[in-house]
Amino acid sequence: MSNRFLAHLGRAYLGLILFFLYAPILVMAAMSLNASEFYQLPFKFSGEWYDRLWNNREILAAAGRSIWIAVVVTVLATTLGTAASIALYRHDFPGKRILQALLFPPIAIPWLITGTAMLIFFFGIGIGRGTPAVIIGHVALALPYVIVVVSARLASFDRVLEEAARSLGASAWQVTRAVTVPWILPGIIAGGLFAFAVSFDQFVVSYFLSEPGDTTLPVLIYTSIRKGFTPEINAISTIIIAVSMGLMLLAARFTKFGGDR
Amino acid sequence: MAEVRVERLVKAYGAARALDEVTLDFPDGGFFGLLGPSGSGKTTLLRAIAGFVLPDTGRVFIGGEPVENVPVEHREIGMVFQNYALFPNMTVEENVAFGLHVRKTGAAETAKRVKEALDLVQLGHLAARKTHQLSGGQRQRVAMARAIVTRPRVLLLDEPLSALDKALRVDMQIELKRIQREVGITTIFVTHDQEEALTLSDRIGILKDGKLVRHGPPREVYDDPRNPFTAQFLGDANLIEGKPEPEGLRLSDGTLLPGLKGPTIAVRPESLKLDTTEPAAPFRLRARLQQRIFGGAMGTCIIDWQGRPLKAVGRDADFRGLPDAGDVWLSWPRESTIEFAAKA
Repeated sequence: MSNRFLAHLGRAYLGLILFFLYAPILVMAAMSLNASEFYQLPFKFSGEWYDRLWNNREILAAAGRSIWIAVVVTVLATTLGTAASIALYRHDFPGKRILQALLFPPIAIPWLITGTAMLIFFFGIGIGRGTPAVIIGHVALALPYVIVVVSARLASFDRVLEEAARSLGASAWQVTRAVTVPWILPGIIAGGLFAFAVSFDQFVVSYFLSEPGDTTLPVLIYTSIRKGFTPEINAISTIIIAVSMGLMLLAARFTKFGGDR
Repeated sequence: MAEVRVERLVKAYGAARALDEVTLDFPDGGFFGLLGPSGSGKTTLLRAIAGFVLPDTGRVFIGGEPVENVPVEHREIGMVFQNYALFPNMTVEENVAFGLHVRKTGAAETAKRVKEALDLVQLGHLAARKTHQLSGGQRQRVAMARAIVTRPRVLLLDEPLSALDKALRVDMQIELKRIQREVGITTIFVTHDQEEALTLSDRIGILKDGKLVRHGPPREVYDDPRNPFTAQFLGDANLIEGKPEPEGLRLSDGTLLPGLKGPTIAVRPESLKLDTTEPAAPFRLRARLQQRIFGGAMGTCIIDWQGRPLKAVGRDADFRGLPDAGDVWLSWPRESTIEFAAKA
């Protein structure tokens, strides 16, 4: 086989991947703008479903709750995660490696199991269900992401800069604020965006931990689908996808996963 | 400004002693060079004075006060790091102002002192630059300005010129000396470059395996190194060994060097004279010239004596009339012989 043929094959393969990733999303976005309630073609443009969405108090309330929970989670997870990353960077203590290794397995545990475990645990210690439980659960889920991203940025930090700041009379807090944090800021921002996305998109854990009638947007969407599918769901889903993808693109920009430009 | 003293400093890393009972005075306002091969403990000593290394035992005094329990940020030091460690998120001006900001110095006073410091290092015109836009020499100057703007009691320099290329390094040596003189600050610097140490310092200390082996004014240490390590480390030295006899030092080829004690003596390459005919000097050896190296103003002769390589250095004219290779006489004046104190 010629190299040229292989190159074509590779391009076709990549195209296929992108097609299966994005086609469902594009269909959904298109249908949210289609006048027909039953996905009938030909396509006829209509903003009706977005209008209906805008007047749906239940969905708006859930969206508002999802956003403020995600904001609280972002602030908590980013602060705690950044502090943890700096501590892991600066100090050596017994069990540090084990602790670092233990940060990652929860990412691989199915959320269904994590959610069940958290529900049992929160009832056991008396927190029960409700918004505080959702927030604590989301922070726990988001922390490893923040720590990974911030630690990656810290790996390129030159420790001598901290020594230089101390030699100039800066206290530990002044060193952190004026020298360390500015350097890792892109990592902190990216970690925060991840934390927001983890919380905002979270379904399973929210489903287990929230109280009926006081749920987040993904949980509401799920319960709505069970009652009957409406293009309103397409509309809100399209908005969620746009926001989530926007956040990931921003995060990618700050962490430079796509390589340096 | 203050004098610095360390007393019986010990710092061990596992079984290795990075500092082994080091006692040393750094005079007020002096420029002190710490010299030694890598792993000799010179950087550890500097970092112990700064407070980054906590000694196992021993004491550190700055201006007569003990500082072992004072953290780095309260020791009132200025330090220049090997790669300068300029803050990348700040401009030149902000870097220099950092030490004043953390001390909550007023804005007017800060601006005045930053300007003074930048003028002193001749970088006033680059105040607004980001540090990554500077050349190596300019970074070095910013690091100096940042270290002295807080008027520290002592200035510590960790291999300050090693990141610069040769020509720039020589310029910066002169510059460093000028700045230190103008500010009059007690300065301690670490280097592995003996020429740099001799040029800059008014006192030097030589370390080997964590021990201070010799210290004093550069000329004194050079002329009287007192031990073979210092003789070979500071400058170059031909070591010659023999058996002590009542009338002098008997070498392995039978030559007697009258009046010398031994068992080891050293002769600087610039003190060795080469002749084709037997010289009258009392200290002379029969040896074999192996190679003459033309080096511009100065030339080098590689000589084999009893299977040991010796080196002679001189102006090219000094070696005129010598063959390219062959048997020669080596001689040197009595006063150029370096003798070592017997091991205690």
